[in-house]
Amino acid sequence: MLHGPVIILTSFAYLGVLFAIAYYADQRADAGRPVIANAYVYSLSLAVYATAWTFYGSVGRAASDGVGFLPIYIGPTLMIALWWLVMRKIIRISKQNRITSLADFIASRYGKSALLGGIVTIIAVVGILPYISLQLKAVSTSYLILVQYPEIVMPQALGALSMRDDTALWVALILAAFTIAFGTRHLDAAEHHQGMVAAIAFESLVKLLAFLAVGVFVTFVLYSGPGDLFARAAAQPKLSSMMTPLEGVAGGYASWIWLTVLSMMAIMFLPRQFQVAVIENLDERHLNKAIWLFPLYMLAINLFVLPIAFGGLLHFPAGRVDGDTFVLTLPMAEKQEGLALLVFIGGLSAATGMVIVETIALSTMVCNDLVMPVLLRMRSLRLNEQPDLTRLLLGIRRGAILLILLLGYLYFRLAGEAYALVSIGLISFAAVAQFAPVVLGGIFWKGGTRKGALAGLLAGFAVWLYTLLLPAFARSGWLPIGLLEQGPAGIALLKPLALFGLAGLDQITHAMIWSMLANIGAYIGVSLSASPGVHEHRQASLFVDVFRQGGEAAGARFWRGTASAPELYNLLARFLGAAAADEAFRQYAATRGRRWPDDPPEADAELVHFVEVQLAGAIGAASARVMVASVAKEEALTIEELREVLDEASQVVVYSHRLEQKSRELEAATAELRAANERLTELDRLKDDFVSTVTHELRTPLTSIRAFTQILLEHPDVEAGERNRFLGIITKETERLTRLINQVLDLSKIESGKAEWRESEVDMRTLIGDAVTGMSQVFEESRVKVELELPETVRPVRADVDRIIQVLLNLLANAVKFCEPGRGRIRVALRDEGGALRVEVRDNGPGIDVTDQELIFDKFRQAGDTLTAKPHGSGLGLHISRQIVEHFGGRMWVDSRRGEGACFAFTLPHG
Amino acid sequence: MLQEKAREQRFIAICMLGFVLFNFPVLALFNVSGTVLGIPVLYAYIFAAWALLIVLLALLAER
Repeated sequence: MLHGPVIILTSFAYLGVLFAIAYYADQRADAGRPVIANAYVYSLSLAVYATAWTFYGSVGRAASDGVGFLPIYIGPTLMIALWWLVMRKIIRISKQNRITSLADFIASRYGKSALLGGIVTIIAVVGILPYISLQLKAVSTSYLILVQYPEIVMPQALGALSMRDDTALWVALILAAFTIAFGTRHLDAAEHHQGMVAAIAFESLVKLLAFLAVGVFVTFVLYSGPGDLFARAAAQPKLSSMMTPLEGVAGGYASWIWLTVLSMMAIMFLPRQFQVAVIENLDERHLNKAIWLFPLYMLAINLFVLPIAFGGLLHFPAGRVDGDTFVLTLPMAEKQEGLALLVFIGGLSAATGMVIVETIALSTMVCNDLVMPVLLRMRSLRLNEQPDLTRLLLGIRRGAILLILLLGYLYFRLAGEAYALVSIGLISFAAVAQFAPVVLGGIFWKGGTRKGALAGLLAGFAVWLYTLLLPAFARSGWLPIGLLEQGPAGIALLKPLALFGLAGLDQITHAMIWSMLANIGAYIGVSLSASPGVHEHRQASLFVDVFRQGGEAAGARFWRGTASAPELYNLLARFLGAAAADEAFRQYAATRGRRWPDDPPEADAELVHFVEVQLAGAIGAASARVMVASVAKEEALTIEELREVLDEASQVVVYSHRLEQKSRELEAATAELRAANERLTELDRLKDDFVSTVTHELRTPLTSIRAFTQILLEHPDVEAGERNRFLGIITKETERLTRLINQVLDLSKIESGKAEWRESEVDMRTLIGDAVTGMSQVFEESRVKVELELPETVRPVRADVDRIIQVLLNLLANAVKFCEPGRGRIRVALRDEGGALRVEVRDNGPGIDVTDQELIFDKFRQAGDTLTAKPHGSGLGLHISRQIVEHFGGRMWVDSRRGEGACFAFTLPHG
Repeated sequence: MLQEKAREQRFIAICMLGFVLFNFPVLALFNVSGTVLGIPVLYAYIFAAWALLIVLLALLAER
């Protein structure tokens, strides 16, 4: 059943499905109801990271060094943890500046430098070629193997070299045609390819399902579970040595960590990853899901790599079948035709996904950052006068896609044979890693300059060419192999694989160490040695401070000059087409309260900036700047002026933040001060009152003592009975004086917090009994009846016995004082209220006015008119009692009405 | 603002935890022969640690 036509037909049917999905998504996007505007599609589209390398190559790598394939997938997991800091910033910057590609991003950051954009494009294209050749190799190899079914023959053994090459060429051409139809149907100012993203997300599902299907088949059908598989592998000495492989692999842990770092950079800076993660991102919040869903996808697609690798090694005699093909050859060997076809489609989807996105991203770069800047500078072409350039732009992109795929095929012919899939891919990873210093440095460090970026990129790229690309050609026989073994012209120190004598490392680790050293060193060194120009300065500030700037309009601050709205409109129409330009101007005018074209908006800095940003979406930032400059006369901004604007802006922001904070602090402090002042005034008044009341209270008994002693002194002949009465009064008044002074002292102790409290478990029943007994003499004298209402038992409370007795005595004494002698009745009740004990002392005296009920707890306050009525006591007793009760967490109050007696009550909480 | 800073720091901490888990010397501790539930120790460890990182990321990112 698996004949060539069947396989080819299935493949085309699959590509047709992809096309249908893309078409549908594009239609929906045009209708304003995008299908890709959700976090799951975004996460799946990121999985374009998993290519044929993952699908076929991981198993091959695992079959030779065990877990050695894993750092490539663990690295992205570590990197994505930082995406919330790094990627969110890149996305925000790109949206505000209409960035269309990685090259555009770097060029834009370093002063919209066309030269830098061009160099980034060249590095990206050259660096990615091995990676594209890997996809071509994987698809053509898998086809050649599958078509031999039921035989399993490695393509190398086929002999007919021309046929193999033809397959790869056909694959390249078909993919080019497909990508052109796919990605360059029309020009979008924002470079969004919603249809492509939808198709890529679908491809991610297909390759995952296909790989899991093989994994489950090998692990559970061919063998009975992973335990069985690993046990059988362990029985073979050659395989068991792969179970703990990290010491054995060349480079060991060093290689492991460098691969991790390398893949951390790849997930950010591969052109296709930048395309799906940044350019195609519709909403920053999609990152939240992608941050964990994407690593989960990586984990899932790697789960069965080792079982398949071991299964293949156990199944096939050593060396007869290439590990890179186990995924396909295992189902074939077991006569699982359907599964084998599914695998082929899975591999195809992995490869096409990569090729489509990568070539679209690269073609955008080639068009916007390499070809257009050159064409626009060639005055003889008179491009400035062409009415419509959209067809030219699309043509350049289509040509670029075809060219890139053909170059990929060329690389496959020249160097692809000597390497396994993973090794080819790693060469590309190392190339894009060269972008890491200038991008990461560019968004966090304002000091990086255009010259620094140029130097860093060129130095890193040169080392990459010398240590990775050159050896690849030498090994394939296109360059003399002596170059590797003896070094150029026999100079051993310059050997590409052991530069300056650094030997003993694997090729990638070696190349990464030297290229990063050269790259970062040159970038920082050159950046620091010269100061940046005006445009660099302002772009650096726009990028690094993106979260502090005020949206797209921020860029307009830096422009000064004259322009006319119709000229700007014509410019936009030339590159975007009249319809798109009309729409853009209409929207812009609407935000200014104008109507296009009858009432055009003012051609101020903001309009110029708006047009430049729109244009940047189509032809890149560097070209857009040149074009806008051709119609708008810009007055040169001196570096001092720019600094002023920048410093003003950033300082104003900082100052206003600080001012806000200071004024908030001031307000708080003022409020506190005012409260403190009020409290102080109140205290001062209270103190005055207190002093005058105390002196008044002291003077009353003193006056009467003095009067009676004077009588006794001046009239020694006073009758004995009379003298005794006088002496009794004197004694009573001194007692009152003493009591008053004691209470004042007590109060000051309590209020100043110096009073001693001796807490213990207290049984209130006993305390009430003691207090009543102690007062029994007084009750009898006043002929007052006392009734107790105590429960059988109560739970104890924690309190100071003496103080509580003091409270009780005070309440009882008060009650007696206000009772009419002979008719007085006092009821003392104790109740357990769950959380607290409640004590009530009720009398049948005259009662207290509602208005007085709170006042009587104040110092020296008594109910009624103190001026006319004789005071009953010092007026401190209730105040002190309340303080005591509140100290133990309880509260004290009074219920009463004039003429109906009073009920004083307090509570004491349990422990 | 404060919350955002705290969130950033937690993401950085997870990344650093990952570096520790997938690096010498922790990795070397598990680079021994033997199996866990029939799976070689090193492989079992790597996938378990990986899953742990993903769970931490999910908890933090979805808050």
